[in-house]
Amino acid sequence: MVKDIAEQLKSRFSEMGLDVPLEDIESKLDELTNKFGVPVDEAKRSVVSQYLKESNIPRGEFYGKDSNPVKVRDISSEGQWVGLKAKVIQLWQSESDSIAQVGLIGDETGIIKFVNWAKSARPLVEEGKCYVFKNVVTDSWQGRFQVNFNKNTEIQEIEEDIEVGSSVEDITGAIVDIQSGSGLIKRCESCNRALVKGSCGEHGKVEGKYDLRVKAVIDDGKIVRDAILNREITEKLTGITLDAAKKMAEEALDPSKVVDVITEQLMGHYYRVKGPKVGRYILVEEMERAVPVSDGDIQDAIAMAEGL
Amino acid sequence: MLEREVAKRIFAQEYNESNLTFKESDDQYAPLYLLTPTGARCNRVFITGTLTEKEDIGESAEHWRARVADPTGVFTIYAGQYQPEAAQMLSLIEPPQFIAVVGKTNTYDTGEGIITSIRPESIQVIDAETRDRWIIETAKHTLERIAALGNDDPDVTKAKEHYSPDLEQYKQMVLQALKSIGTRQTVEEKPEKDDAEKVGFEVMDLSKT
Repeated sequence: MVKDIAEQLKSRFSEMGLDVPLEDIESKLDELTNKFGVPVDEAKRSVVSQYLKESNIPRGEFYGKDSNPVKVRDISSEGQWVGLKAKVIQLWQSESDSIAQVGLIGDETGIIKFVNWAKSARPLVEEGKCYVFKNVVTDSWQGRFQVNFNKNTEIQEIEEDIEVGSSVEDITGAIVDIQSGSGLIKRCESCNRALVKGSCGEHGKVEGKYDLRVKAVIDDGKIVRDAILNREITEKLTGITLDAAKKMAEEALDPSKVVDVITEQLMGHYYRVKGPKVGRYILVEEMERAVPVSDGDIQDAIAMAEGL
Repeated sequence: MLEREVAKRIFAQEYNESNLTFKESDDQYAPLYLLTPTGARCNRVFITGTLTEKEDIGESAEHWRARVADPTGVFTIYAGQYQPEAAQMLSLIEPPQFIAVVGKTNTYDTGEGIITSIRPESIQVIDAETRDRWIIETAKHTLERIAALGNDDPDVTKAKEHYSPDLEQYKQMVLQALKSIGTRQTVEEKPEKDDAEKVGFEVMDLSKT
């Protein structure tokens, strides 16, 4: 068994111009599987990584160009090499030099974030166009899946238009929680990440710039979603502009004053939110107080009860 | 990642008639569910109603017990040191007042029976409009559950075996709740929205002292 795998690996390595002695591969595999009891697949992966690292070859090259074509909905683990046929829905502003492009792509089954790293030197995509993406790698960030482009990613524009499915969610429910990280927050100037206690996860202690956002949990008694309100939506909904929020925090000598006021406004009340759904999040594009109940609503419900 | 529990909509009468709790696994962190007579599996609930009474029953630290009435009955809520935000709200709101409560189901076995209550995660003052919407929503969800009692869903089966629910009784409960909306609007004035907001501002000012 070990011998077969070793031979397989040897021939794949030599295709790539890498000359590795068969005995070396075999003894490494043998040690991992027999001495350490590592499962065969993991042993194989470990040996491959080791040689690729030594010769500075990206993993994608070894595993070939035929990454498994999948649908967005099926992405459920990290570190998978996959292919997607998807439409570019939104490009976000990236202020980081290491990111060439970041945004959302979607297919008939859902939407996912993508990151096109500058160092991979891949072509740029355009909003609204459809592409076949080969050899992208799944990853997760703060509980959400995303796909990253790398040097081996192939991007090919296609003519057909993809109907992005189940992307927009429209839910009317009660706001049952305003999560931490809402209100007046600071973001890192270089990567736009929200700071936690004045620190960026990537760049450490930074000055940061102010932003306004709300992470509200909306619940209709059947499903529950995290609604993410960006600055524009937050300002429109609460009537508190970023400048007003800064002033409010200054006067109260407490930045959490802003989230207190917002919580007061939203909590326990019914809203209708609309926007693309990404995992359990809704990126809110429209949000308003639910329309007041009418006599007609009451009569409908009474009729429903009497009909039982 | 643990999925957040949906906040179920239940009228007080049905909630208080519930006495069957269960967990899906032996894990000590597995959520505890209260199964209601119409088959709602509740870990978290969202309720609204009128705060009619509150009392600090704590000995050393504040521990609030409050009564919140909907058209069918009264919810009991307890907020102590582990529910600091809710406890603080209760200390500040004077009954009567419409409030919305998000909280976890809680049960207590007296030896003679199970008493249900709610441990609030948050409490907010609301207006009559929000409460009316809650009544309609809760009515619809309850009717949907009653209609689904014919299905062989495991929760439904469990509820039917345990409670043998009288469907007519719950249907009447729903009708009573729905009919109360119209009556209340003609009999009493809707509380001014400004009043609700005023309470809110007091809350925040006090929180800084």
